[in-house]
Amino acid sequence: MHRRGVGAGAIAKKKLAEARYKERGNVLAEDQIVQMSKQLETFKSNLEEFASKHKQEIRKNSQFRVQFQEMCATIGVDPLASGKGFWSEMLGVGDFYYELGVQIIEVCLALKHRNGGLITLDELHQRVLKGRGKYAQDVSQDDLMRAIKKLKVMGSGFGMIPVGGSYLVQSVPAELNMDHTVVLQLAEKKGFVTVSEIKDSLKWEKERACHVLDHLLKEGLAWLDSQAAEEAQYWLPALFSELTSRDVTPEEANQMTP
Amino acid sequence: MDRFSWSNGLLEINETLVIQQRGVRLYDGDDKAKLDVGVALLSTHRLIWRDVKNHECCIAMPLSQILLFEEQAAGIGKSAKIVIHLQATPANKEPGPYQHSKYSFIKLSFKEHGQIEFYRRLTEEMTRKRWENTPASQPIPIGTGSQAGRTRAVGIVGIERKIEEKRKETDKNISEAFEDLSKLMVKAKEMVELSRSIANKIKDKQFGLRSYLLSMGIADPVTRETHGSGTHYHMQLAKQLDDMLQAPLEERGGMMALTEVYCLVNRARGMELLSPEDLVNACKMFESLKLPLRLRVFDSGVMVVQLQSHSEEEMIASALDNVSDKGSLTAEEFAKLLGLSVLLSKERLLLAEKMGHLCRDDSVEGLRFYPNLF
Repeated sequence: MHRRGVGAGAIAKKKLAEARYKERGNVLAEDQIVQMSKQLETFKSNLEEFASKHKQEIRKNSQFRVQFQEMCATIGVDPLASGKGFWSEMLGVGDFYYELGVQIIEVCLALKHRNGGLITLDELHQRVLKGRGKYAQDVSQDDLMRAIKKLKVMGSGFGMIPVGGSYLVQSVPAELNMDHTVVLQLAEKKGFVTVSEIKDSLKWEKERACHVLDHLLKEGLAWLDSQAAEEAQYWLPALFSELTSRDVTPEEANQMTP
Repeated sequence: MDRFSWSNGLLEINETLVIQQRGVRLYDGDDKAKLDVGVALLSTHRLIWRDVKNHECCIAMPLSQILLFEEQAAGIGKSAKIVIHLQATPANKEPGPYQHSKYSFIKLSFKEHGQIEFYRRLTEEMTRKRWENTPASQPIPIGTGSQAGRTRAVGIVGIERKIEEKRKETDKNISEAFEDLSKLMVKAKEMVELSRSIANKIKDKQFGLRSYLLSMGIADPVTRETHGSGTHYHMQLAKQLDDMLQAPLEERGGMMALTEVYCLVNRARGMELLSPEDLVNACKMFESLKLPLRLRVFDSGVMVVQLQSHSEEEMIASALDNVSDKGSLTAEEFAKLLGLSVLLSKERLLLAEKMGHLCRDDSVEGLRFYPNLF
């Protein structure tokens, strides 16, 4: 670990010392390069010292992670930008979040057939924890959100929609505009929504409501219950909670309906 | 544990579920409760616990019963816990699993993690005390009577002092860490400002400066779309990816979503993982390094790695063949046929449509593609 850090820094430093920056008359002076190299070395040893004392803290303490991330953001540094960064290598923050990214992708992929690529942050959190197993480090929802922000870079359609005090995590590039988002938020309370409810709460015309609901159906984000008592209900599988539903085994399913 | 009452686990009218966590074992004081591992649920009004196998076995306690609570860190072979100190049992408490207990505290042991979030939410609910504003339809028993009050006063002082001492100790450790962190950040800020002022003067790509910026995690102001961040590290990565992805790409019809590649590569590595940005930057170098792979971005924003040998015409022609063969196809059917992911098969069909070879039938039953006879 220590050696690797020194290697990366030494190469960077060497390149700096050797490089002559010439571009349309802008020449980087020799002493500027030297100054930068020196400061780089000093900073690296500060970071190493910090790491030796507090590396465990970052792994164990989610509050500390939040503070660390926020401070980095304030000074304009992204510690998660590269696995090859100092932060990543010496503090081990990188692996923590990149691995979390893998786990998030896998959970979303596994459930996509059921919820169309939309899942509550709570459910995602639960399932990621379950997948990590007993001996892995606990993760907070803040950790998940930061990992998801990083995943966006890969064009995977990852996004977060604020709903009812928490978030829905989207993992497919389905186009969801303000109208769709607002209907999702409306559906959050009961897990479903009807055309009348949309008209009453949002004061929309019937066409607008139907247009949005049709889109959600097409994208597989909503299921239609046309046999509901008064009017058709549009259910969102992403919002099914433990209290209103339970995963059924095939044997149980066979026993249930004639 | 004698503060809990049997419950049907259903929420009352004004009660909302805040968080639930599987894999929780209850402790009566320091002893394991005579219950299995179950699900702990926190609502705006109560703490509920339910056996995983036997849903009938469900107990609850009003949050107003809680006096204080604290975290107990995980140890070797020990799960993280939340210790909850309780008020005296109220006179009108409904029967529960324990008639009597010698302890005034319980523990929740998080065998499947989730302690961080549960603790955070519990703190929030205990601060907001939402049960006071919107009383649930059932009367919540409250501890009353001078007898209960007096016992409380005596018991608490010792506990509070212990918790306070522990907090001071933890705070000291954390303060030191935060202090060190702040000092570190001050130095980092100087580095950032220095490098920014220099980077602004340099327009051309210079490997040395690039590596340095990358190491510091500073956004490179001169990143070019075609060359990405252009560091040696990413060049090496690009070559590694070429080796690693040939076989998987062949198996998957010549194309893989970038997220798939990310998972594949990082799972194989185990440690020293790639960041999403590392992967994207490496892929951007395929062309300039003359490697037989390409990074491609579809209109939808989906990014894929594809074998260069897989020409666009071939893909479109085969898509048209398949669709003509079956009369029409949806993305799901196409995916099954080719062994591709639904996401990528949809992109192929869209591409063929864009080139005018297919046309769509878009209904609530799904998106279906037909050969374009127009």
